[in-house]
Amino acid sequence: MKEINVARIIPIVKKLCVDANYYASPDVVERIRYFMEKEESPTAKEILALMLENHKMAAEEQMPLCQDTGVALVFVELGQDVHLVGGDFYEAVNEGVRQGYQDGYLRKSMVDDPVIERKNTRDNTPALIYTDIVPGETLKITVAPKGGGAENMSEVKMMKAADGIEGVKDFVVDRIKRSGGNPCPPVVVGVGIGGSFERCALLAKKALLRPLTEQHPDPKWAQVEEEILERINRLGIGPQGLGGRTTALAVQILAMPCHIASMPVAVNVNCHVHRHESAFVE
Amino acid sequence: MAKELKLQTPLTTEMLEKLNVGDKVLLSGIVYTARDAAHKRLVDLLQAGKELPFDPVGAVIYYVGPAPARPGKPIGSAGPTTSYRMDPYAPALMDAGLKAMIGKGPRGQAVIDAMIKNKAVYFAAVGGAAVVTAQAVQSARIIAYEDLGAEAIRELQVADFPVFVANDVRGNDIYKLGVEKFSIDD
Repeated sequence: MKEINVARIIPIVKKLCVDANYYASPDVVERIRYFMEKEESPTAKEILALMLENHKMAAEEQMPLCQDTGVALVFVELGQDVHLVGGDFYEAVNEGVRQGYQDGYLRKSMVDDPVIERKNTRDNTPALIYTDIVPGETLKITVAPKGGGAENMSEVKMMKAADGIEGVKDFVVDRIKRSGGNPCPPVVVGVGIGGSFERCALLAKKALLRPLTEQHPDPKWAQVEEEILERINRLGIGPQGLGGRTTALAVQILAMPCHIASMPVAVNVNCHVHRHESAFVE
Repeated sequence: MAKELKLQTPLTTEMLEKLNVGDKVLLSGIVYTARDAAHKRLVDLLQAGKELPFDPVGAVIYYVGPAPARPGKPIGSAGPTTSYRMDPYAPALMDAGLKAMIGKGPRGQAVIDAMIKNKAVYFAAVGGAAVVTAQAVQSARIIAYEDLGAEAIRELQVADFPVFVANDVRGNDIYKLGVEKFSIDD
């Protein structure tokens, strides 16, 4: 049994919020460079170059890559042999978010009531926290700030088994086609398949966390990802929707078992900034 | 063929008639920031026959909710937000004299029709290149709705702010034309 005082979590979450917003992930930089080489539209090439320049300037100026510094999504992998002491774990995570967004000059984008009041909470809390219990005595925290524009283009569909893999591919491609320039393409497409209505949406979000330069470990899904990506990049939407070959940087799938009557599929769209930072709490 | 040119606010019909979709524009002068919440208040004022907090004639509205400025800087990161959310309000503002909007993503047909009618244009800024766009902002001050925080209306003085013509005064739409040009049928 390992004891961790929740007070130690606060500065770690704070730093993750700031770093995720200031520093472009190396996998994103690599994918944008790769597609920029192949891009045929001069305007699209210019926009992709501007995105790479933005990565450099954000780090130099210590400014967030995008003004939409997102809802603070926090994924926790908690070892079952860890004993958290010293207070409320979720409150500690929220305090880290509060401090990161305040001291890091990040935008506060959360409203308290989703429909009627819609008053800004002014500190970007509450964070959206998802916890998995895992073997061992480590505590891993990932912060993935998620912007509104891309999130709004996401969708869950309860498909039929008869729709098959072609039905899944068509749904994902059509979702990106209908999104056009709205989600800040080139996008990263997270796809969750199986589980249930709510689980497939979470799978789609977690699928986004895999490094863009890594293949799906199962060759049959790697093949599906590649086919969908190729079809999306034939749509012509291009960077920012102004036309071009680079509409998506990657398609990433997470699949799991489901009910004999069901085939739930979720598409979670992420923008090209695609932020995520992880750390272990020692 | 797309061209690159410079424009200075306030904008006139004569200036905008020269623009075609795909052209790159370096915009200088004054732009006003407004997002969802501010738009609702502006259109409420118009419907009540009251004056807006800025002169809409020849004006440019930038759909942005900037990040907080570091001390000594005029503004934080400031890229465009998705524009379709402002579609319900945009025609009324163009009828009041608004000449250009800056945002990202396609507009609805009612907004495009209002652009044709009022000889106005829609510019696309590069979303997610928010530090680059912030460098074009020389000064910023809140002129209305401070209670809205990031969504308050700010008057920005910009120099060579890089944007692309997404809808011109003739109703052309880059979100249709650009995609048609580069799509490959399966």
